[in-house]
Amino acid sequence: MRSILDIPDLSLEELDALMDRAEDIIARPDDYAEACRRKKLATLFFEPSTRTRLSFEAAMYELGGRVITVAGADASSAAKGESVADTVKTVSCYADIIAMRHPKEGAARVAAMNATVPVINAGDGGHSHPTQTLADLLTIRREKGRFSGLTVGLCGDLKFGRTVHSLISALSRYEGVRFVLISPEELKVPSYVKNESLKKKRIPYTQETDLESVIGDLDILYMTRVQRERFFNEEDYLRLKDSYILTPEKLKRARKDLCVMHPLPRVNEISVAVDQDPRACYFKQVLNGKFMREALILMLLGLG
Amino acid sequence: MTVDSIQNGIVIDHIAAGRGMKLYELLGLHGTETPVAMMMNVSSRKLGKKDIIKIDGDFSLNLDVIGYVDPGATVNIIRNGVRAEKKQIDVPERLENVIRCKNPRCISTTEQELPQVFLLTDRKEKEYRCAWCETRAAGI
Repeated sequence: MRSILDIPDLSLEELDALMDRAEDIIARPDDYAEACRRKKLATLFFEPSTRTRLSFEAAMYELGGRVITVAGADASSAAKGESVADTVKTVSCYADIIAMRHPKEGAARVAAMNATVPVINAGDGGHSHPTQTLADLLTIRREKGRFSGLTVGLCGDLKFGRTVHSLISALSRYEGVRFVLISPEELKVPSYVKNESLKKKRIPYTQETDLESVIGDLDILYMTRVQRERFFNEEDYLRLKDSYILTPEKLKRARKDLCVMHPLPRVNEISVAVDQDPRACYFKQVLNGKFMREALILMLLGLG
Repeated sequence: MTVDSIQNGIVIDHIAAGRGMKLYELLGLHGTETPVAMMMNVSSRKLGKKDIIKIDGDFSLNLDVIGYVDPGATVNIIRNGVRAEKKQIDVPERLENVIRCKNPRCISTTEQELPQVFLLTDRKEKEYRCAWCETRAAGI
């Protein structure tokens, strides 16, 4: 029995196999319509999340499985003070696989240690959110057909943004990727991420503060939200949240085949007018996330 | 300054000057009734200055704590007034319930009976990270 808590839990071969499986599900959905028949997914979401929970649930339904759910800590035994360990031991009796989101960092590891069924980390605080990264990887591969030789720009909150750290770590495992890290001084990529994912592997990167001056160099532009809940101080949040906003005007400087990505939800860092631009890929990312979650569920249940 | 030699107990010697108190604290010596002598800034040919801890009597010593605070320290077990054993000290790969995670969002702050576990992630830098949330431990 295996759980997936973070992207490094998956080998490069497994990442490629998951993307191949997702492509196959996209091409031949009917072949997978009964793949998880009589299997149950439990979605345990101890903090607010609409899209990730719905994505997991849609994925399981499309595989012919069923879903049992706890949405929100208020409705769960966690509100009565039950530990994560006891919760997942109980839920393991009802479900074949668990997708869990929890506000505490490391909660998924505790869950995986105690569950008797596979656990997928659907986000543990600011720590990891591996299925978002799986969605990101599939989007890049589907849009660009490759990873090597790409210049990937990451823009916005690069300090607290877990999706950014995870994506840098994942892409740094592929050869020939170059990074442009665009953020305010206060929200730069932490040095431990740079050391572990970039410097040790001698992966080229630059750090910039101005999006417009580098947008023309990019194959991928990954925008992120400056998240209110990651700040201890409201004043810092208000001062920095509008630092980097992508507009049609700024996109005029970009390549014709740029792929604009965002983990969503967006607040105002991408102007709504950009949605009409064919380079906007963030809703494709959402769809790709569902297919990758299907592929992951199949892998962890040993099906297909 | 002199401190009586001990008949049966433990001498932790060659502690880098300034780290003795941290070691004293993490070993839990403040909570013992065993007589303990703490010497700081003692002249040393090897280190220039050093700290020494002498424990007069039985004490369950966690060598991982010493390896974490100062792997250069030496530990001598004294029996009947002479050194009976010298313990090897190494930088531990894992620390359990020695230091606490400072991350307020870490699951270890709320989960019942979850041990505080830190793993050595960079031997050269002596960097430890929380096994749960991967937050780096504050330096000594």
